[in-house]
Amino acid sequence: MFDDLRDLYQEVIFDHNRNPRNFRVIENADRQVEGFNPLCGDRLTLFLRMDGDVIVDASFQGSGCAISTASVSLMTEIIKGKTEQEAEELFKQFHEMTTGKGEQASLAAVGKLAVLAGVREYPARVKCATLAWHTLDAALKNEQKSISTE
Amino acid sequence: MTNFPVAKIRADFPILEQKVRNKPLVYLDNAATCQKPNRVIDSISHLYRHDYANVHRGVHTLSVRSTDQFEAARIKVKEFINAASDKEIIFVKGTTEAINLVAQTFGRTHIKAGDEIVISGMEHHSNIVPWQMLCQQTGAVLKVAPINHKGELIYDGFEKLLNEKTKLVSIVHMSNALGTVNPVKKIIAAAHGRGIPVLLDGAQAIPHMPVDVQELDCDFYVFSGHKLYGPSGIGVLYGKQALLEAMPPYQGGGDMIRKVTFEETEYNVLPYKFEAGTPSIADVIGLGAAIDYLNEVGMDAIAAYEAELLDYATEQARQIKGLRIIGEAEHKGAILSFVLDRIHPHDIGTMLDSLGIAVRAGHHCAMPVMDFFEVPATARASFAMYNTKEEIDVLMQGIKSLIEVFG
Repeated sequence: MFDDLRDLYQEVIFDHNRNPRNFRVIENADRQVEGFNPLCGDRLTLFLRMDGDVIVDASFQGSGCAISTASVSLMTEIIKGKTEQEAEELFKQFHEMTTGKGEQASLAAVGKLAVLAGVREYPARVKCATLAWHTLDAALKNEQKSISTE
Repeated sequence: MTNFPVAKIRADFPILEQKVRNKPLVYLDNAATCQKPNRVIDSISHLYRHDYANVHRGVHTLSVRSTDQFEAARIKVKEFINAASDKEIIFVKGTTEAINLVAQTFGRTHIKAGDEIVISGMEHHSNIVPWQMLCQQTGAVLKVAPINHKGELIYDGFEKLLNEKTKLVSIVHMSNALGTVNPVKKIIAAAHGRGIPVLLDGAQAIPHMPVDVQELDCDFYVFSGHKLYGPSGIGVLYGKQALLEAMPPYQGGGDMIRKVTFEETEYNVLPYKFEAGTPSIADVIGLGAAIDYLNEVGMDAIAAYEAELLDYATEQARQIKGLRIIGEAEHKGAILSFVLDRIHPHDIGTMLDSLGIAVRAGHHCAMPVMDFFEVPATARASFAMYNTKEEIDVLMQGIKSLIEVFG
C-alpha cells in the first residue's frame, strides 16, 4: 500500500524506531545538548562521553518521528570511537546526502546512514533526519545550550 | 446522508479533480485553508481581464467599476454576518492582522498597567501573541481561562476571571486544534454584564456555521477570507461602530485620510480610517464571490452536512485501536484531531500523503493546547462542504494500513 514510501521508510528505519539504540542517559556525560524542531515538536537530548577528542560513548533521550528517532539512533551507533573531526566530517557527508548534494560519493562515505538518503525527496522531512546531527554539531562545539532547527 | 448536493459542489472546485501521488486527492486540511470554487477564481480573473484599476480614486471608468465591485463585496460581508452597517466592516489581511489591529488601537487606548485581558487555554497563537505584546507595552496582565480534557472551556473558571480590572475578553469561537465550539453567547452575556467588551476569533467558525454578529452581540468579530473558500491575503474585522469610531487609526497612509497638511492630518470616516494604502482589491472581490456561493449553498445546510461528516468520522475513528481523539467537546465543528500510539503525527502526515490524503500534522499554531494534552503534535483531518463519506473511508483505511506497517 505504501510502495511509494519504500525509499523513505526502509525496514532499518522501522527497526530503529521500534527499538532505538543507546536510548539511555549517560550519567556525568562530558557533553549534553538538547535539540528541538519547533515545526513538529521533536525533542531530543544527546549525551556524549569523551576521551580526549574521541567519542567513547553516545546516547539520547526524547521523542520524535520515525525518521528523527532512527537518525539519532543510527548516529549514536556510528559515532562511537570516532574523533571529533571524523564525526564532523561524517555530519558534512550526511548533510550533503540528505540535501541532495554530493550524490553517490557521500552515499558511500556514510555507510549504513545511507538508509536515510530517501528524505532528500521529501523536503518537509529533511530536518527530521538532520536534527540529531545539528545537535551533535553543537555538542562537539561544546555549546551548552539547546539548538533548534528553525 | 441528507440531500446535500456534494457532487455538484465538488464539480465547482477544479483543484479537487486531480490525482496526488497517483491517487485521487482527498483534501482534509481545510482548517489550514480551503480550496476555491470556480466562482471565486473566475471573479478574480474577470476583474484583471476587464475591470481592474485602483479603488476610491480615479474618476475614470475602470476605477469606478473596481470601486463598485469592491464596495459591493463589503455589503456582501455585512449581510453575511448581519452587521448593522457596512461602516463596521474593515478589510484587513486576515484574522491575525485584525487581532493585532484591535490590540494596538483599542488596546493601547483603553488598556493600562494592571488591567487584565482574558483569553482561553485553546487559543491559536494569533490570539495569544498580540495580547502578550500589548501586555509588554502597557503592563497589563494576560489571564487564561482553563479547559478540560474533552477540550471544552471550563465556564466557571472563565467567569471567575472576570473582575473590575478585566478590560477585554478575546476568545476563539471554534478551536482550530480541537474543533471545540465555545458557548460564545453565554460568554458575551457574562462579560457584558460587567461592562467588558468581547472579541471573537471566528477564523474557524465562519465557514462552518451561520454567524450573526448582532444576535451574538459581540463587540469585535474577526476572520480570514481563505478559510471561507475565498482568496488568501484578505480578512475582515467587524467592530461595533461606536467602538471603531473611538479607536485611533492603525496605520497611516493613503485612503485613511480626509485632509493632510505637513502640520496635521484629518482622518477619514469608517471604514476607510482603518484601510490605509491600496487594498487587496481582487481578493476583496473574490471574497464577495465566495460569499455569493456560500449563500446559494446555504450555511445551515453546510453546518448540517458537516455535522454528519464529523459524526461519521468520529464513529469510525473510535473503532481504530491505538487511536486517541484529541478534542471531544460536546459542541464541535468539523475537525478531527488525533494521535496514534507510537506513531508520530509527522509520519502519519507523510504516509497519508503517499495515499493522496492531505492532513495537517503539527502543533497547529496552538502549542499551549499540545502542552495541555501532553502531545508534541497531532494529526488533524478537517472537513469542508466538498468532502464526502467515501473520503473519510479512504482516510480511515489509510490510518489502519499505516498502523499495520509500523507494527
